[in-house]
Amino acid sequence: MNINELTAKWLLWLVLTMIGATWLGYTMYSDSTDKSIFMPGALSPGHHQLEQSCDTCHADSFGDGEVLQETCIDCHGKDRVKPFDSHPSKKFKDPRNADLLEKIDALSCVTCHTEHRAEITAKDGVTQPVDFCFYCHQDIAKDRPSHESMGFETCKDSGCHNFHNNRALYTDYLIKHLNESPMLSKMILPEKELVSTLDEVVDYPRETFPVKQLVEVDIDAKEQSASHEEIKSDWLETSHARSGVNCTACHVAQQTETSDETLNGWDDKPDHSACASCHAVEVERFTDGKHGMRLKQGLSPMTPAQSLLPMNSDASHEQLNCNSCHDAHRFDVNEAAVESCLGCHEDEHSLAYKKSSHYDLWQKELSGESEEGTGVSCASCHMPRIDHDVSEWMSRTIVDHNQSANLSPNTKMVRTSCQHCHGLEFTLDALVDGKLIKNNFSTAPEKYIRTMDLANQENERRKKSASQDEDADMFGF
Amino acid sequence: MKKSTQTFGMLAAASITLGGASLAYASGGDATVSVKAMADALHLVMDSDRTVYTKKIVNRLVKKEKVIKASEHFEDDKALVLPAQMFRFGSEMAMKRAEKLDDVNFSYTLQSLWPINKQNAPKTEAEKTGLKFVADNKGKNYYTTEKLGGKNYFTAVYADTGVAPVCVSCHNKHPDTPKKDFKIGDVMGGVVIRIPIEG
Repeated sequence: MNINELTAKWLLWLVLTMIGATWLGYTMYSDSTDKSIFMPGALSPGHHQLEQSCDTCHADSFGDGEVLQETCIDCHGKDRVKPFDSHPSKKFKDPRNADLLEKIDALSCVTCHTEHRAEITAKDGVTQPVDFCFYCHQDIAKDRPSHESMGFETCKDSGCHNFHNNRALYTDYLIKHLNESPMLSKMILPEKELVSTLDEVVDYPRETFPVKQLVEVDIDAKEQSASHEEIKSDWLETSHARSGVNCTACHVAQQTETSDETLNGWDDKPDHSACASCHAVEVERFTDGKHGMRLKQGLSPMTPAQSLLPMNSDASHEQLNCNSCHDAHRFDVNEAAVESCLGCHEDEHSLAYKKSSHYDLWQKELSGESEEGTGVSCASCHMPRIDHDVSEWMSRTIVDHNQSANLSPNTKMVRTSCQHCHGLEFTLDALVDGKLIKNNFSTAPEKYIRTMDLANQENERRKKSASQDEDADMFGF
Repeated sequence: MKKSTQTFGMLAAASITLGGASLAYASGGDATVSVKAMADALHLVMDSDRTVYTKKIVNRLVKKEKVIKASEHFEDDKALVLPAQMFRFGSEMAMKRAEKLDDVNFSYTLQSLWPINKQNAPKTEAEKTGLKFVADNKGKNYYTTEKLGGKNYFTAVYADTGVAPVCVSCHNKHPDTPKKDFKIGDVMGGVVIRIPIEG
């Protein structure tokens, strides 16, 4: 090889390296490029929609574990507080538990939920061995002899324990719900509370849109839109017209520093931010869940094509925002509760719904044959009516628009959904029965778990141990 | 690590040192107190607040006026929080708020040699010795230092006494209690306060 050839090869190497470096640099720092080439491994099912958005978790390129931890808490923090986390960080920050932290760093989310490790990622994004409870509870049989022969791989997902949310599974709760019938005598969902608590919603735009019945002459839309007969009749029939929510409430951005609150600021297709001016909690919860999480990160809306579940191919490229389920102007909550879901979801559970007794009850409610709240729609279970802290000082019953919140482990659904109608023992048996989940609870549970038996044994032990003193009742024990 | 001792201007006049200079700290021109005095002051405040809650709220409404229950599951039972829970919630909030303050660092827990919740049994040697000491030596506190998770702490243990009928009756009747013969005025447990120190 002569010198000229050598020089040419070095130059070629240099040019190719520079092209490669430029392309990688552009990919990393441009807002619009797919950055998955930098991923060290696939993301877990909970985060896969965010693979274009590295900085959602890696908020600082040179950030360490603390930065990662903060980003976990940014999205998941509030779900760790309200359902009274049974392993909260405050427990492990106490110096007297420093020995436990040496066994497993329970202060850091990534200890159990490491990302980009698809090969070891199990259900719920857990990357610890399934018997991880052993780290701290190896002596459990000493305190609870009933647990003597149980394997540590059976603690979780057996209808017995949930690391973060033990709300339906703590012993006193189980005892309180012993011997319940599969079908409770009163089977009805809690009432929604937006209208009845409107006076207490501090940032409701009541001065611009006072709560009162609006009629056709009140319409404040652009002339072209105001004359659209279908839109007009749809709106007039909704609670929006009944509650003083005029066209500009949604179509003209409200109360932002840059908003033009005249018809010049008219937006034909307002997005979720318009809904948030009155339904802030619902929109916030929507963007916390899998349907809206991309919007929260400033990405394009999710489409069914991005889902890991079987979806209707005709809907693959529909974009998920508020109007996907609540058709604009009609905002039919009944349609949003079933038909909107089934427009996209085609997994076995969803397809079996219309053959289930839950659907029969829903049909009865829709026809007026039975009371409101007695039907069971998709939303009854997956968008439950929960008591939600809408501020530090106030809570109200909302429809939880984070439909992922109670999905998994499914014992999170026990109190938010199932127990409005079913006894606890029946509920726990049903939720561990995979066959029932597939057939959408069309048959009786065939599985039986010992949770309630153990609670019963504990109750008997307590009865023997407790004195008959009347004070015992006084303290709720 | 945060500074080992804290500045308490309001207690400047009560400056006391324990165990020599290693536990005392002088900060600029500010008046300072020893870790012992700081622990004693913290205990005085937390004990007074809980006594007020126990006597004026729980005992009055539950025992005297009988209008509401107090329950460990206060949300589910729509009841008052137990005095021990009120104390623990305060401790957790204080620890969380202290994380944001550079020169404030301490933690405290309520424990017992006869705990209803086994997690509140003494765990470290200092806790075991201290809780036994305050139970055996009524009116005396216990002070020591210990090393946990590689950090040094000044640890103070104060007797926790059953001040109201509700304290005693609830503990005696609870199905998980290991002791059923408490009387008013008995030492039922102890408050453990920890302050990180250097060295």
